[in-house]
Amino acid sequence: MKSLLATTALALTLALPVAAQDYTPDPNAKAGGGIVVTYKDDVATLDPAIGYDWQNWSMIKSLFDGLMDYVPGTTELRPGLAESYTISEDGMTFTFVLRPGVKFHNGREMTAEDVKYSLDRVTNPATQSPGAGFFGSILGYDAMAGGSATTLDGVTVVDPLTVQITLSRPDATFLHVMALNFASVVPKEAVEAAGDDFGKQPVGTGAFKLEEWTLGQRLVFAKNADYWRAGVPYLDTVTFEVGQEPIVALLRLQNGEVDVPGDGIPPAKFTEVMGNPEEAARVVEGGQLQTGYITLNVTMPPFDKVEVRQAVNMAINKDRIVQIINGRAVPATQPLPPSMPGYTEGYAGYPFDPAKAKEMLAAAGLPDGFETELFVMNTDPNPRIAQAIQQDLAGIGIKASIQSLAQANVIEAGGNGSAPMIWSGGMAWIADFPDPSNFYGPILGCAGAVEGGWNWSKYCNVTLDEEATAADSMTDPAKVADRMAMWSDVYTKVMADAPWVPVFNEQRYTMKSARMGGADALFVDPVSIPVNYDYVYVTD
Amino acid sequence: MAAYILRRLVQSALILLGVSFITFFLLYVLPADPVRQIAGRSATAQTVENIRQQLGLDQPFLVQYWRYLSGLVQGDFGRSYLQKSEVSVLIAARLPASLLLMAGAIFCELVLGLTMGIIAALRRGTAIDQSLMIASFVGVSAPQFVVGLLLLYVFAVQLGWFPIGGYGTLAHLVLPSATLGILGAGWYSRMMRSSMVEVLRQDYIRTARAKGLARRRILLRHALPNAILPIIAMIGIDIGIFMGGIVVVESVFGWPGIGQLAWQAIQRVDIPIIMGVTLVSACAIVLGNLLADLVTPFIDPRIKVR
Repeated sequence: MKSLLATTALALTLALPVAAQDYTPDPNAKAGGGIVVTYKDDVATLDPAIGYDWQNWSMIKSLFDGLMDYVPGTTELRPGLAESYTISEDGMTFTFVLRPGVKFHNGREMTAEDVKYSLDRVTNPATQSPGAGFFGSILGYDAMAGGSATTLDGVTVVDPLTVQITLSRPDATFLHVMALNFASVVPKEAVEAAGDDFGKQPVGTGAFKLEEWTLGQRLVFAKNADYWRAGVPYLDTVTFEVGQEPIVALLRLQNGEVDVPGDGIPPAKFTEVMGNPEEAARVVEGGQLQTGYITLNVTMPPFDKVEVRQAVNMAINKDRIVQIINGRAVPATQPLPPSMPGYTEGYAGYPFDPAKAKEMLAAAGLPDGFETELFVMNTDPNPRIAQAIQQDLAGIGIKASIQSLAQANVIEAGGNGSAPMIWSGGMAWIADFPDPSNFYGPILGCAGAVEGGWNWSKYCNVTLDEEATAADSMTDPAKVADRMAMWSDVYTKVMADAPWVPVFNEQRYTMKSARMGGADALFVDPVSIPVNYDYVYVTD
Repeated sequence: MAAYILRRLVQSALILLGVSFITFFLLYVLPADPVRQIAGRSATAQTVENIRQQLGLDQPFLVQYWRYLSGLVQGDFGRSYLQKSEVSVLIAARLPASLLLMAGAIFCELVLGLTMGIIAALRRGTAIDQSLMIASFVGVSAPQFVVGLLLLYVFAVQLGWFPIGGYGTLAHLVLPSATLGILGAGWYSRMMRSSMVEVLRQDYIRTARAKGLARRRILLRHALPNAILPIIAMIGIDIGIFMGGIVVVESVFGWPGIGQLAWQAIQRVDIPIIMGVTLVSACAIVLGNLLADLVTPFIDPRIKVR
């Protein structure tokens, strides 16, 4: 992750030239043609303020742009609609200079007013944006969220191509926040004309525009010929066919009808596909910013005892769980995934040791174990993973009954604190942006440990919260390494308290048709799942 | 007759009201919070509360139900919590596909079921009869998910006769209709068989035979029309069974109907969509039953509506 450190440092130098960190175009790339991508679920919305699932995330990325962006296939920040930006010495004021001549799909030129409008819209409670909270460091956010203001005080239009954003507290992650879909720039007139239907009639500045949407059947993205980035996109169209079971999508791929099965390779077919050399060659593997974990509710006895939580950590055979999902993951030792900055190399965590776990349970006054409940989402492979966990726990005398429920019910039980243990699979944390802070606040910090929060362990360590805040206040580019060291320290201390059993970090496997071209990194792009539509191409 | 229809329509409206109340109540007591689905994992408590208020989900149950009902009588199904689109638009876009699938399924189950039933009745007691009845038993018991994937694998992937899922042409319709129709075909073949056996025992058939009519003529003119009567009345009731089946079949074949819409809405606790699809399905079932009752007297003059 040295590249990210380099970028963050770079980002903090003044008035950054655009070419400094751009993408080297693929010399073999051919323009033209189209691809077919399938999904099981219908696309809920393409409104960048609303869309927050991994399916529409990459689609929205191709329709809209924000001030910041990532170099394709990497977690490196690069300027998007901002041509350059400067950061004040105290790190509290960001001045973005916009690219001139960028046009929305409706033909109008994008200006600083649109940037302000878009940020006001996403933070306005009436928009009901699930991403509003990311903008909490912008001055005036609290007044917006509280309903006493209709515009963010901290966002000022200096001139038609300059916008200034002032923060209320130092925020080392702010440039990442400006690269989130939620920060996409939208044209006011199109939003107002469509009203609540903007999500079905999106208008942005992105590489593609929505050409057709037949509800429940198909979406067609067409190339934006006026796209402000020269040379891309290569594809003329991207067709998304929805309502297709992953197994059906795979059959169609094998039949040459589909280019990318958006939901991936179905688990039942994984071994077969990987065992076929011709097919395996078309599968791209990559890491993702994801951790699967078991939460232990620290407010519920006996999980209020740290020895018990540590014993459970030692009782779980992570290698066996990885085998259950055909080895599509690596065992985890800590909350952060290995590709995240701040990951502690060499930290061993709690190695599998049932004998020692049993001793620790006895030392905690529970030599005969105890009975508890393990909540799990009811879709494969999660119930099977829960059974493995159940067996491991039985090995040290803990009798866990499995509560296999629909996703919404597990989230509810986790949020209201009624679940002693939860296997996070199917709901596991995937980072919103590549920064270690994103794995702390909502899922391990005190802010998330409230009724309805996503901190299902209800773990709240005030000292660690302070250290986390201190780390995120370090906006000085020279201190990036120190900041990451602090985050590493925070997560190491979390593990000492053991509110989680980190189980594995899932790998991504994207399968593509033989006609698809583009660097492998584009098919496991950390921010565009399954592929970066703007940069892939077809070879026929 | 008019009075009868009117009475049945009033009854139907009451049934729909009951369905709406029960569904709304079940969604209300469900231990899953729709607001959290909207607010997402990064939302603050304040955001969650704001959304709850905006949607009126902080109100007591009866107030919420009354508001929903008031919208409904004006034809307003509300807007999806997550998609933000109007539920009526979402349903209207998908309803034709579901109706087409149902029509295809009814065709399949009639053709398959009646043929099997007639052959079994005529070959009663033989190996043909027994194998047909075993086949119908398998058809009734086999999970539709499995049947669907099996048909897909054999006829679309291996033989290439039909497209692998999707929507649009008549060829797309065949496999999903067959999957959905096989269940009904199983029932129909059994009913047709016993009905046919029953009719063939009747005196008028013996008379027809005695006066030397051709076997084909006896079957087609005398036996079949009478044997088929009880089956026709079943079609209306089938619609209810289909409503359950389309959820599975639509998702296997990527058929863009309301079953798929409902399934996705249930996953995300999108109450307005769940309510809308439930009510539309309930309407279809109620109308189907009504139609069955109204059609029967025309087919069989012995039955009179009161």
